[in-house]
Amino acid sequence: MINFRYVRANSVDEAVRQIAGNPTAKFIAGGTNLLDLMKENVERPSQLIDISRLPLIRIEETANGTVRIGALVPNSDLAYHPLIEQRYPILSSAILAGASPQLRNMASVGGNLMQRTRCAYFYDTATPCNKRERDTGCSAISGHNRNHAILGASDSCIATYPSDMSVALAALDARVLVTGPSGDRTMPLASFHRLPGDTPHLDNNLARDEIITAVELSPRGFASNYSYLKLRDRLSYAFALVSVAAALEMEDGTIKEARLALGGVAHKPWRDTEVEAELVGQPANEAHFARAAEIALRDAKACSHNAFKIDLARRAILRTLTQAARGTPQSQSRKKIA
Amino acid sequence: MNAYIGTPTSRVDGPAKVTGSAKYAGEFKVDRLVYGVVVGSTIARGRIRRIDTTAASKVKGVLDVLTHENRPQMANNDEAWKDDVAPDEGSPFRPLYDNIVKFNGQPVALVLAEEWESARYAASLVHVEYEQESCSTDLHAQRGEAFVIEKPEKPRGDATKALAAASHRHEGEYFVPTEHHNPMELFASTVRWEGNGELTIYEKTQGVQNVHGYLCSVFNKKPAELRVISPFVGGAFGSGLRPQYQVVLAVLGALALQRSVRVVLTRQQMYGLGHRPATIERVALGAGADGTLDSVVHEAIAATSQFESFSRNDTAWADLLYKSTASKFVHRLARLDVSTPCDMRAPGAATGVYALESAMDELAVALKLDPIELRLRCYSERDQSSDLPYTSKRLRECYQQGAAAFGWERRNPQPRSMREGSELVGWGMASGVWEALQMPAAVRIVLSANGHAEVFCAASDIGTGTYTIVAQVAADALGLPLENLSVRLGDSSLPHAPVEGGSWMAATTAHAVVNTAEEVRNDLLQIAKKMPNSPLKDDERDDVILEDSKIASRGDPSRAVSIADVMRHAKLDRIEKEKTNQFAEDKSYARNTHSAVFAEVKVDEQLGVVRVTRVVSAIAAGRILNTKTGQSQIMGGVVWGIGMALQEETVFDHRYGRIMNPNIAEYHVPVNADVHDIEVIFVDEPDERVNPLGIKGLGEIGIVGVAAAIGNAVYHATGKRIRDLPITIDKILA
Repeated sequence: MINFRYVRANSVDEAVRQIAGNPTAKFIAGGTNLLDLMKENVERPSQLIDISRLPLIRIEETANGTVRIGALVPNSDLAYHPLIEQRYPILSSAILAGASPQLRNMASVGGNLMQRTRCAYFYDTATPCNKRERDTGCSAISGHNRNHAILGASDSCIATYPSDMSVALAALDARVLVTGPSGDRTMPLASFHRLPGDTPHLDNNLARDEIITAVELSPRGFASNYSYLKLRDRLSYAFALVSVAAALEMEDGTIKEARLALGGVAHKPWRDTEVEAELVGQPANEAHFARAAEIALRDAKACSHNAFKIDLARRAILRTLTQAARGTPQSQSRKKIA
Repeated sequence: MNAYIGTPTSRVDGPAKVTGSAKYAGEFKVDRLVYGVVVGSTIARGRIRRIDTTAASKVKGVLDVLTHENRPQMANNDEAWKDDVAPDEGSPFRPLYDNIVKFNGQPVALVLAEEWESARYAASLVHVEYEQESCSTDLHAQRGEAFVIEKPEKPRGDATKALAAASHRHEGEYFVPTEHHNPMELFASTVRWEGNGELTIYEKTQGVQNVHGYLCSVFNKKPAELRVISPFVGGAFGSGLRPQYQVVLAVLGALALQRSVRVVLTRQQMYGLGHRPATIERVALGAGADGTLDSVVHEAIAATSQFESFSRNDTAWADLLYKSTASKFVHRLARLDVSTPCDMRAPGAATGVYALESAMDELAVALKLDPIELRLRCYSERDQSSDLPYTSKRLRECYQQGAAAFGWERRNPQPRSMREGSELVGWGMASGVWEALQMPAAVRIVLSANGHAEVFCAASDIGTGTYTIVAQVAADALGLPLENLSVRLGDSSLPHAPVEGGSWMAATTAHAVVNTAEEVRNDLLQIAKKMPNSPLKDDERDDVILEDSKIASRGDPSRAVSIADVMRHAKLDRIEKEKTNQFAEDKSYARNTHSAVFAEVKVDEQLGVVRVTRVVSAIAAGRILNTKTGQSQIMGGVVWGIGMALQEETVFDHRYGRIMNPNIAEYHVPVNADVHDIEVIFVDEPDERVNPLGIKGLGEIGIVGVAAAIGNAVYHATGKRIRDLPITIDKILA
């Protein structure tokens, strides 16, 4: 860990000015990921700008039913907020599938969006990694890649984005509100994170001098027919091999609207609108779900150790859509995969 | 007598642990402490060409950067570096000794600073240039180079021929990957500079006297110049049997600066220490249709380092468990560019019995026999390697009681035949076996006139409950209430004890306590006999017992004198005795603990998810001193076995010879959500032959057989035999 300076931001504008003034500064909120990376010398900020006291901790419903979640709302507060539990249970469920209670208490919504990959090579400064250091090469492509990307990867990076929360947010069509030197802007969550391409050092489209202030949800929350299923090597406190967020609107056994997003399979939450379109208007049955799964994985590509994830993702999609259609979502507290 | 032995007594050190007053090696407060941070190598094999410490040295607060070039002097011969439990063969690792790199993460520099933060920052600035050589960390790639290690068990009969001639055969190869202990407490040493080169060392270790002797010889110190203290250990599981490099570095720092120094390893650095070696196990069983064994061949290839030959008994367990006409055991080692492996809970048995018991299950399937029935048909009443009977072996009762508690008779032997909802259900079982060992150790007891007693022994309590059982045994032997006992352990200046390992500490310390208490009792008797109108005047040494704070006639407790009166009469404020345990070990018996483990798994076949929903572990381990801590001990072993079966694996990138999951987020052990019902049964096993108190020890037996029982249950559920641990989703779906 390197020595760094510490300042506290007292307003969003001040935070933006502070980050704009120092190209090697970083924001810190809960620090649940950043501190780990600093200890490993992966992140080496000269300055930490503490944004944890900014007034971005409210969850508010506006007149038109939009729900705005402050960027500093702790993950656990969000998961257990009555409005979220009732209207957007898929978001609660996804959050509770991640990390541990202690981490969720510290982690902020904005920080969760900014989580970096768990690729072992990214964490190990003794090995080459294009994401950590440009143009050094990717150790994972011909190395240990059992839990790496099967969708949207590139020749320079096969890392995955590890968030659970964001997978549900992708399915819910959330928007990310950011503030920068030239004012505010809004990005759909689907275009917030990037694919690696030949710029894997960039995780997302947030400019260096911008700050996330909130995440916004449309009124519709798919509270009746949803499920978040996370498959991993142990039942808790592990990153996803594959996770699936499925949300449906059903009418008389027919799917009126469908949302499907995958986690743990790509450099971003993987939302596939083509699959969703395919599901709409169809009866909710296994044959259609299986077909949807086939379409979702049509472009999947395996490396040496992760081919099983393609098969597993298919199976997980089938199961999650079934759970959603039946209105029997995966529990995150029972000690079993339903 | 026996007010406390055998009862579910709560840990006497429990309050200290939960309130935080129990101090661990990295927590002791020392004035003017210097913090040391270790720089580890980033190559697995080669030489250090140059170390540039300029930038690190310039960091404010940095006092020194030690490397092989500027460190204080250390011993220059292998003998001096051999600790009590070092492998016989090889050249023990010497940290910061020279420029040769033998494994990845090997310490190459120690940064010493006034603040831990500056030391850590400076450590990131140490620049090392290497001459890198190609390395090998892959056991599979090196198996062809493996060499045979001689073991005491000689071939019985011609196992190869008998195997070929057998009417039924099963041959299988099983693999257990490298595993790490992952104790909660990080390895740490706090060295207090006492002046004149004298040092007090607070240390995480399973043997303070082992560390003491080692440091004396490495640093050419007189025994009185060093004292090693380790009152509490936050888990070790074998990783603390040998002195680890951080203590050498902390002493080097203290000697270089003539100041107190603390070195705490990071979790990542802990993966550069010892580990359970990756092991390939080949088991071949030849049997008749009736389930009698004609032949057992068990061959292991285990990893070791380039510089030491570490090996344990992986292969000979079949000769203890199962009667066979012929057997052959071969143990090979393959050298890899890794740190030397070390003991890890049930070393050899956790891996070897996993293979044997998986193979026995496969044989039972081939013979269409119930797995318990097969084991009963070849049940061995003797250790066939040594051709000796057992002091006791209630393994049959383990099978019976375990099966009854588990409901084994309701098992449909057909794989994939049992279901619950959408899940396949599998029931598997396995036997377990370990050694019942005991070692010489001494205990000092100080009995005070106020009826309190202190017990002193250098032994470590690594979380196993040694404080508690020593207090229980001493309370019974001295006839005092438990709360009047205090126990002091983990100090090299205390009476001799071996390292805490091998499941021998309970039997070892308990007998030392009893033998010493007999001396205290005899002193009391000699005084009591001389008291006016003494009711014990005609009693001899063994005619009396200590009970209810009195010395009393064994046959007639009404003839008694209170201990307080005896001491008052002699105007004694204390009686102090020290004695080494004494029991003549009868060499005409084999000494082992046994178990039968039953596991239920439920498998979501569509998703490949396995969960272990029930485990019953029936243990025959002689007299159980404390059923509460004993049960915890076994439950811990079972949980670890779940991890071994389904999760644990140290992952290497063989190109770099580097461990890629050196942290407990990515190296998986079971979490609460992975653990369901665990039932522990202690089978009644009186054993007056093993030792006077009938104690066999519980440390290791809890894990032995668990992974096999789970693997066998997975087969029963799915029809898939996975011989390559851990059994993960990808292998279930394959």
